[in-house]
Amino acid sequence: MQTLAKLAILADAAKYDASCASSGAESRNSLKSGGIGSTEGMGICHAYTPDGRCISLLKILLTNFCTFDCVYCVNRRSSNVQRARFTPDEVVGLTMNFYKRNYIEGLFLSSGIIRSSDYTMEQLVEVARKLRVEQKFGGYIHLKTIPDASPELLAAAGRWADRLSINIELPTEEGLQRLAPEKNLRDIRGAMGNLRLNIENAKEERKTPAGKLKGAPRFSPAGQSTQMIVGADASTDRNILQTSSSLYSAYKMRRVYYSAFSPIPDSAKSLPLQAPPLVREHRLYQADWLLRFYGFTVEDIAPINADENLALDIDPKAAWALRNREIFPVDVQRAPREMLLKVPGLGVKTVDRLIALRRHKTLRYDDLVQLKAPMKKAAPFITLADHKPVRQPESAVLRRELVQARQGELFA
Amino acid sequence: MKTIALKDGADFDGWRSAARTLLLADVPPEQLTWLVSGEASLLLDQDELPLPVTAKPAPRIPVEFLGLMDALICHSDPQRYGLAYRLLWRLTHGERNLLQLITDPDVLRARNAEKSVRRDSHKMKAFVRFREVLAADGEPLGASANNSVFIAWFEPAHYIVERIAPFFVRRFTGMRWSILTPYRSAHWDGSALSYGKGANKADAPSEDLFETYWRTYFANIFNPARLKVQAMKSEMPMKYWKNLPEAELIPQLIHDARPRMAAMIEAAPTKPNQKIPAPAKRLPKP
Repeated sequence: MQTLAKLAILADAAKYDASCASSGAESRNSLKSGGIGSTEGMGICHAYTPDGRCISLLKILLTNFCTFDCVYCVNRRSSNVQRARFTPDEVVGLTMNFYKRNYIEGLFLSSGIIRSSDYTMEQLVEVARKLRVEQKFGGYIHLKTIPDASPELLAAAGRWADRLSINIELPTEEGLQRLAPEKNLRDIRGAMGNLRLNIENAKEERKTPAGKLKGAPRFSPAGQSTQMIVGADASTDRNILQTSSSLYSAYKMRRVYYSAFSPIPDSAKSLPLQAPPLVREHRLYQADWLLRFYGFTVEDIAPINADENLALDIDPKAAWALRNREIFPVDVQRAPREMLLKVPGLGVKTVDRLIALRRHKTLRYDDLVQLKAPMKKAAPFITLADHKPVRQPESAVLRRELVQARQGELFA
Repeated sequence: MKTIALKDGADFDGWRSAARTLLLADVPPEQLTWLVSGEASLLLDQDELPLPVTAKPAPRIPVEFLGLMDALICHSDPQRYGLAYRLLWRLTHGERNLLQLITDPDVLRARNAEKSVRRDSHKMKAFVRFREVLAADGEPLGASANNSVFIAWFEPAHYIVERIAPFFVRRFTGMRWSILTPYRSAHWDGSALSYGKGANKADAPSEDLFETYWRTYFANIFNPARLKVQAMKSEMPMKYWKNLPEAELIPQLIHDARPRMAAMIEAAPTKPNQKIPAPAKRLPKP
């Protein structure tokens, strides 16, 4: 089969992995090596496809032959999709040729499991090694890691790659057993713990005088990430967020990606017919941000006695504010940062700019308008020198207004 | 009224030296007209320009301000130099905290210009597309050696070539390349960066054989079950499409997306593939 035909099949096979991030890598360039490639912390999206997703990396599978039979996966062994397999040199060639034309930041390489976990992992590592050593490639490399591959292979992978990832796949162990019978949670979590240890040890090592001098070996400097499939089993958003929260704290994940299960070619009979609405995935990302940057807990966002799923028509922060009316309105001139972060519509950036500004002047309604804060959303929850929420409508009424305000913004 | 003329593009050095002289001579912003001559950086009526009355030291300027000016001066707004000097004047005449007053109209305008320049810079890093120049026989020039040349045509919204070219040097050190734009060209020969005058689209190659691979990838990484056209357009505005080889596929991909998704949902389940064997059962770990 021609490389071009393989590319079509193996890109198609890779698109259900949501991550395309190329950020968080150490600063690196080719000035000294005379090679090709750099990473400067912030990743770059080189193109966008009509699904609104960014293309930052060449995201492909080495092969979509797979001995596993994960029900949700387009590449499961019982699927009748067309199969293909790249040689490591083909992947190296594609990566270098794409990179030199400035199409991509680097490579995200994954693979179906062929023969054994170690054999598969060895192939992935070989591609990364060739890129780094033979091509002097300094761009971004993300390798998907096979949970039960040997520690030596893992160490080699961490040495060449900027990021490693292992997919948690499903929010609960029960879901995993039912939908991904060859995988098991103990292996997955064990491997994640292992990655965390290796990442932290390498960081420590590189900080010591001896490590600095000799350049102690790198290990996945941009950390690890994972992905959870949403809507393929009956897990609630509360289940999902609890799992994410534990992944962030136990393994220091840089990102948990949520991938709303979407119709795939030749799907299995046991999958739900109805794909979850894409907005569910969007609400989960918003909630994820609230957990990581806004000081919210899972209990705040998806309390146990309410519906365990996030509302779809309103964002999770506004929903929380409506459940906690007694805390509002917040005085923007004086409230502490953590309180301002809880105001619907105010993001981290706006809050920090307001805090800087209020040292020098009395904040007025117009200042927030100038900073492009969405006032229809925020105004009912704040007071300013020249603004007090005029009336305090019932939460149900306010909720309706917020939903409408959101639609207004979308079409404005 | 004094007229100050600066070089075309982003003449930061020209602006800075003129601004320093003017500030020391106590010339207020209202008495100045800033011109982009497209010729040399010079003070047109230099003779008229008052010399500093005393050799007083240059006022201290926050580092943050210089960074802001560096970006502002790249902006395509013809009034950028005047705005920059006005900010400098206010900063040194009793408004030391000016930059913190982020809702002040001058500050806001400068910050928005900075944001726009940064965005354009980021998009330039993202959307430049190199094409490899081939020899007459269709082979890359010296395919094995390092002497093929990559050329890109790009149309930035602001004067950012000099700001961004060093990024391409750090990234594509091992290649020889040129980036051509309407007002400036940047050339890297493998060891030195140089700038030349503007160019035309026709000066750059019109295709690259590898674009077939890129378009194939673009079409196949797209998931037709998740159409979000607006999200794509807000990150990849249509003004850039004409220089992106993959963009010509977009209308057809959008057009076919819903029928493709419907076909996937309606397709009857197929008989499970039996060709790939299941992995051997593992013994549970002790």
